[in-house]
Parts: sequence; C-alpha cells; structure tokens
Amino acid sequence: MPSRPLIRAGFLTLALAWLALLAIGPAHAADDAAARTLLAQLREADFSGKTALIEQLAALDHPRIATALKALADSRLYYQEAGNRVVIGSGDGADIAIEDAVSGAALGQISKRDLDRITTNNRLRTLIENRLASLGLASADPEQRKAAVEAFLKNPDPTESERLRARLSVETDSEIKELLAMSLALADLASPDAAVRVQGATTLGGQLRSELRGPLTKMAAEDNDSTAREAARIALARTQFRLQLLGWAETLFFGLSLGSVLILAAIGLAVTFGVMGVINMAHGELMMLGAYTTWLTQQWLPVNWSLPVAVPLAFLVAALVGIAIERGVIRFLYGRPLETLLATFGVSLILQQAVRSIFSPLNRSVASPDWMSGVIALGPLEVTLNRLIIIGFCIAVFALLWLALQRTRLGLEVRAVAQNRAMARAMGVRSARVDALTFGLGSGIAGVAGVALSQLTNVGPNLGQSYIVDSFMVVVFGGVGNLWGTMVAGLSLGIANKLLEPWSGAVLAKIVVLVFLILFIQKRPRGLFPQRGRAAEI
Amino acid sequence: MRLPAWLLSDRAGLALLTALTVLAIGVPALNLLLPTDHPLHLSAYTITLIGKYLCYALLAVSVDLVWGYMGILSLGHAAFFALGGYCFGMYLMRQIGARGVYGNSELPDFMVFLNWSELPWYWYGFDQFWFAALMVLIVPGLLAFVFGWFAFRSRVSGVYLSIITQALTYALMLAFFRNEMGFGGNNGLTDFKEVLGFSLHADGTRIVLFALSALALAGGYLACRWLVSTRLGRVLVAIRDSEDRARFLGYRVERVKALVFTFSAMLAGVAGALYVPQVGIINPGEFAPLNSIEAVIWVAVGGRGTLVGAVVGAVLVNYAKTWLTGALPEVWLFALGGLFVAVTLLLPRGLIALWRRREATA
Repeated sequence: MPSRPLIRAGFLTLALAWLALLAIGPAHAADDAAARTLLAQLREADFSGKTALIEQLAALDHPRIATALKALADSRLYYQEAGNRVVIGSGDGADIAIEDAVSGAALGQISKRDLDRITTNNRLRTLIENRLASLGLASADPEQRKAAVEAFLKNPDPTESERLRARLSVETDSEIKELLAMSLALADLASPDAAVRVQGATTLGGQLRSELRGPLTKMAAEDNDSTAREAARIALARTQFRLQLLGWAETLFFGLSLGSVLILAAIGLAVTFGVMGVINMAHGELMMLGAYTTWLTQQWLPVNWSLPVAVPLAFLVAALVGIAIERGVIRFLYGRPLETLLATFGVSLILQQAVRSIFSPLNRSVASPDWMSGVIALGPLEVTLNRLIIIGFCIAVFALLWLALQRTRLGLEVRAVAQNRAMARAMGVRSARVDALTFGLGSGIAGVAGVALSQLTNVGPNLGQSYIVDSFMVVVFGGVGNLWGTMVAGLSLGIANKLLEPWSGAVLAKIVVLVFLILFIQKRPRGLFPQRGRAAEI
Repeated sequence: MRLPAWLLSDRAGLALLTALTVLAIGVPALNLLLPTDHPLHLSAYTITLIGKYLCYALLAVSVDLVWGYMGILSLGHAAFFALGGYCFGMYLMRQIGARGVYGNSELPDFMVFLNWSELPWYWYGFDQFWFAALMVLIVPGLLAFVFGWFAFRSRVSGVYLSIITQALTYALMLAFFRNEMGFGGNNGLTDFKEVLGFSLHADGTRIVLFALSALALAGGYLACRWLVSTRLGRVLVAIRDSEDRARFLGYRVERVKALVFTFSAMLAGVAGALYVPQVGIINPGEFAPLNSIEAVIWVAVGGRGTLVGAVVGAVLVNYAKTWLTGALPEVWLFALGGLFVAVTLLLPRGLIALWRRREATA
C-alpha cells in the first residue's frame, strides 16, 4: 500500500493541474471563437481571400493554428456540413478519421462524401510554409525556433526578414541568435541596395554552412555591382580558408585517432620488448584474446555494460596467458633474442589456431554500446564519439602504465632489473618473479588494447597479425625502452599516415610510412629517443 | 678426378648430393619407365610436388647461409624468393602471347582488363628468356644489396634487422597487392602456357623442371659449401660469433655482410624462379611475413649452420605440411607452432645434431 504522504502529494498535484487548466481555459475560449470564424470563412473564400485569411490565422496566437495550417497545405482540412465545423482528416480510403480543427477533439470515422475539402494551391502552400516557419520562430521551444530559422536558411524569403529581425532583438539563445544573424545577412544579399549586399556578404564570409555558398557564388559571378562581386569573392575565399583549416583539423583528429590505436597496440610491446628486451611475436594474438574476451562478455552482459567489465577481464586473460608464455617458453631463452622471436611466433600460431578451432574461423561481430555511438561537435568539427573515447582510453592506459612503472614497488623492480639484472638480484629483487610479472603486465595491456580494437575492426583469428608489424615499427621508431618515445612515435606515424592518405591512398600511405621507417632505422638504429648507457645494448 | 678437400670432408654433403643425383635420375625413371598402374609409378603431380620441395630447400639453404653462418636472422627472405618468381612469371606471362582470354598479343590479360593501352616500361625485355633469367638474379640481388648495404653500414643488427626485413617484405606485399603496380594485383601472374616453347602442362617439361630444381639445389649447396670453407667463410663465422671483434681485427664487416646477403638473395631468387613454372602461379601472398618465418623454421628444424640441415628441414616440414593440411587441416598450425616452440627449446641445433651426436658416440 502506498504511504500516506505519497497519496497526499498525488492529490495535491491533481488539484494543481486542474487549477492550471481552469486558468488557461477561458483565455483560449476567446481565441477559439476567432479561430473557428476564420477557418469557416476559408471554405467560401477565393484564393486571394484565402491568402488574407491565412495571414490573419497566422497572426492569432493559438496553439492549434500550426496544425490546422499544415493540414490545409496537405489538403487534409475539411468543412463538415453536419456539425458546421472545420475538421482535420487523417487516413486513406472512403472513411477517414476526423478531429476538430480548433479543439483537436477526435470525432470518429466518417465517410469522405460527407466532407467538403478546403482547396489550396501551391502559392498558398509556400505562404503557409513561410508562416509556419514564423510561427515556429515565436515558439517557446528552442528546438522549434531553431528548426524555423533553419527552414528559412534553406529557403530564404526576403519578406520574412522583418520578423527575423524582431526575433533577433528578443532572442536569448546564443546559437539561434547566430543563425538569425546569418539568415538576415542571407536576406540582405537580395537587397536592391549594393551597400547592404556588401554588408551581407561580409557577414557571411567564413561561415561554413553549405546553404550560404550557393547565393554567394551566384553573387560573386552575376552581381552588377563590382564592389559587391568583390565582397562576395572575399567572403567565399574566407569560407574556403576556414573549410581548409577544418579539413586539416579533421585529418589531425583522424591521425590522432589512428595514432592512439597504434599506441595502444604498441605500448604493451614497449614493456615486453622495450623494458625486458623480449621479442614477443605473440603480442598481436594477445590483443586478439582481449578482443575475443570482449565478445564473450557481450554474450553474457547487455552491450552497454559489457565494455567496463571487458577491460579488466581482458587484462586478466591476456596477462595470465602472457605469464604462462613467459614461464613455459621465454624464460628458457633469455639472452637469445632470435630464438625467442621464433618460439613466440610458434606460440602465436598456436593461439591463432586455437581461436579458430574454438570460435570458428569467421569474424565475430562485437557490438558498440549506445554511449559510444554518435557524433559530437567540437566547435565546427564533428567527430565520432567512439574515436574520441578511444583517444581518451589510450591516454588513460598510458597514464596508468606510466604510474605503475614509476610509482609502484613492482615498477621500481622492473626498472631495476631492466637496467642491471645482476645488481638488482644482488639487492634482493627476485628477478624471475619480476620477469613473469612484467611480461604479464605487457600482455595484459595488449589484452586491453584488444578491447579497444574490437570497437574498430573485425574480431577474427587474424586480428593480431595485422597489427604486429605496425606495433614493432612504433616501438623501434620511438626508441626501445622509452614509453614517451612510443607515444611520440605512435602519434607521428598515425598523423603521417592520415596526411598521406588523401594524396596517395591508404595502401600506398602505409607503404610510404614503412619505407620511411626502414630508412629511418638505417639512420638512427636506436630510434627517436635512444636509451643511453650500458643497458642500451641488447 | 679428385674431389677438392672441402667437399671430401663434408660427408653429409656428399650424402645429400648422392641423394639428389638419385632423385634426379630415379624420379623421372619411375615416371617414364613404369606403366601408370604400377604401384611405384610416380605421377607428374608427385614429381611437381617434390620439385616444389626442392625449391623450398634451396630457399632454406640461402636462409641458412645468412642465419647459420653470418648470424643475420632475415625475416624477409621469401621476398627475394617471390621477386625471383615474379621476374620469371613475367617472362611466362609474355610467352602467353595472343592466347590470353582477350587475345591481346601485346598486353597480359590483367592489363587489358585494367584498360591499359601499352606495356609499362619495366615489362620491357621480359619476352626474352635470357633477360628474364638475368633479372631473376639481378632484381633480388640488387634489392638485397641496397637494403643490406644501408642496414649493415649503419650497424643495424640483431632483432632490429629482423624486424626491418619483416617490414620490407610486408611493404612489398602491400605494394604488389595494388593493381596500379602492374603485376596483376591480388591475382598475381598465372595461366601460364609454355616456357621456351615447351608446354608447361606436358609431363616432359615438368620432369625437366624437376631435374633443373635438383640441379639448382645441388649447385646452390655446393656454392654455399665452398663459400663457407674459404677464408671468407671463416670471416662469416667470426662475424656471427663476435661482430665487434671481427671489426676490430680489421675486417670490413659491412662489406662482407652485404656481399653474402646479396648472394643469398640471388639463390632465393633462383629458387623462386624455378618454383613458379612448377606451381603455375605467383601472387602477392608469397611476400607474406609468415612465409619468410616458415623458411626460417625449416632451417631451425634441420639444424642451422649446417646447410644440409636446411635441406632436410625444408623437405621434412613441407612434407608434413602437405600431409597434415590434407589429412587434418585443423592440426597444421598447431603442429607448426608447436614445432617452433619445441625446436627452439629442446632441439636448438636441429635434427642434424641428433645424427651427428649418434655418429660421435658410435
């Protein structure tokens, strides 16, 4: 049973609502009558009479007028002889559902033969559209006001500009204000006064909306006043410049996004290869395991919840497999990097085939949660949310790894072993345990990277292979044993790739970057930020 | 005639050469002399298959020369193999003449398909056998020389070198997948008709190709064996064991390395050129990094730094591959992966070491 205060609150709400209705009711009663009279006159009027009536209706401040005018434009407004009233019909066939045009009350089904359609034509329709836009302009809902201005921008009508100007003086929403100013400037382009046209063009210069470019281009080509043509040309040039800037910003963003994927893929390697000096060719397959873990969690959990669960789970799975690889294979091969390379390559083949046998050789589709799909605007730049989230995720993973290496006991031991194994052991560091944990850490990060990759590419047995060459390149380019180097290398390779792409195509861009890297390593075999000191020799 | 000392002391090598001679004579004999229904009759398919193994074996020998004797783990040797294959494939392509689907005597089918109007300049000359045969040596050799010269001069070594050789073959794979490159894109070069006027589908041609593969393998083996027995061979081993010391002793390490790397790439190119007419196709998949790594594992299985081991490993692993991918396709990658791990952990000196150990104890 509901509690007493709840019931009391319910009654109170009802009472208030009723009072509110009472307060609004009478005010509408007066307008209702006026609306009914004007609508009824529509039936008899000729087209010029209808024009005047539409203007009068639009001037009424009545909430149903917009609906009624819309129905008139759609030829769904009828006069019903029997009730002596104007109704709105909906539906097809001989019988249609009708409602009162003014009150909106449903009046049931009725045969079309008992109704007189109120006729309209295309000129009236254009008028109605414009008046509806102005009605929207006065709406209390900012979305509707915005839609009204947008409609004006798409289909400018100079006679409306006074209304827009009036709205601009009272408008409070800054975005709509901007749109209004733009619309007014657009209307100015049609002004007979050349100075006003120049003014309008100057205001529109640099605006990115595509609707504005057509009229400006036309003006730059056809205007009979030379200063106006010049102004339009300058305005277009400014727009062009801003578009170019925007294009660069977009390329930069795509580059950052690709770069952060590369960093995610390479950063685990930066730990195993960079810190421990172990070539782990199974790194890509550890990412693949992370991606499959994501897929598995989505089989159990709703998609929106799966990713936060998948991240720690993928870390765990990949880290455990990594530790198993270290304990089972790599630890027998320390100091023999080429053999390590071969053995871990064997492990990668086994993992690939295991996944193929267990899950099928086909790609698995990993769904994106709602909160990762969509587009958001960063200023004039529109970016997809999932790329933005992956950039943020990359930063978070990088920061956590850096903290783990710099601020924890394990991190200290890892760095000690990396710098001087014998000395670290002499100081009481259990180097075998540190090796296993470091390898687990690097592998776990590969798993986490796999979660991110599952949102970008197909999850299949070959997922790892396609990233392994890239990730080694990033690590080697950045300088082995240097996390910041990996970050700089990943970002610069990502951006370089995206800068080249429009010029050369995706595949050629990749080839060019690879060739550049091969040449770069000739020049600086130790990468961008080489480690100095004795530990640098592997 | 007396055999030179470096060959006489190489008992495993002599055994290999004997085996190759027996193969080169016996296999065609089993095909030609025995009736088709005889249980020991070898079909043309089997002959081609063995011929393919021999090409792989030559590739393995070339890998062993640089890895086993010079300590350079090249993860891109299949690139040289594939380049040799492409060079010879281009010759075979031009031999098709007007017999292609489009009947264009000037352009290969895929170029007609791409609406190209004339032959790209780099296809000139490939209608001549001698030119193509020369290119089989020059193209992989030149790439290896340029790549090796720069890499060795700036002292890129160890895993760094392995990784950039892998990047090299990966970049070449991506490049050859592009239709604009003019090498048939995804599909590569195929649909060959004849070589030097002999039909590639005739048993006789296949037998000759097989015999040539055996001959090339024997020749490649002898050349490598001779090379490693010379003073240069000693320097190679010195570089493998201590590059810095060899350099301090006054040897121009980068020159030696570039020279031997180039020679090895040429051998790989020859192997590729013999491979293509036997399998009838060459496509960018041959550049895949996995292929190069597989070649390395053949050497590791047989025993690196032995040359004979490379041949044994290549033939054994490929025979196992043929058998397993047919009988138990699921198991093949498990087996290959397991082989990588097992050989590096348990048998670092390869199968040959087992044989040598038994010989030593006997």
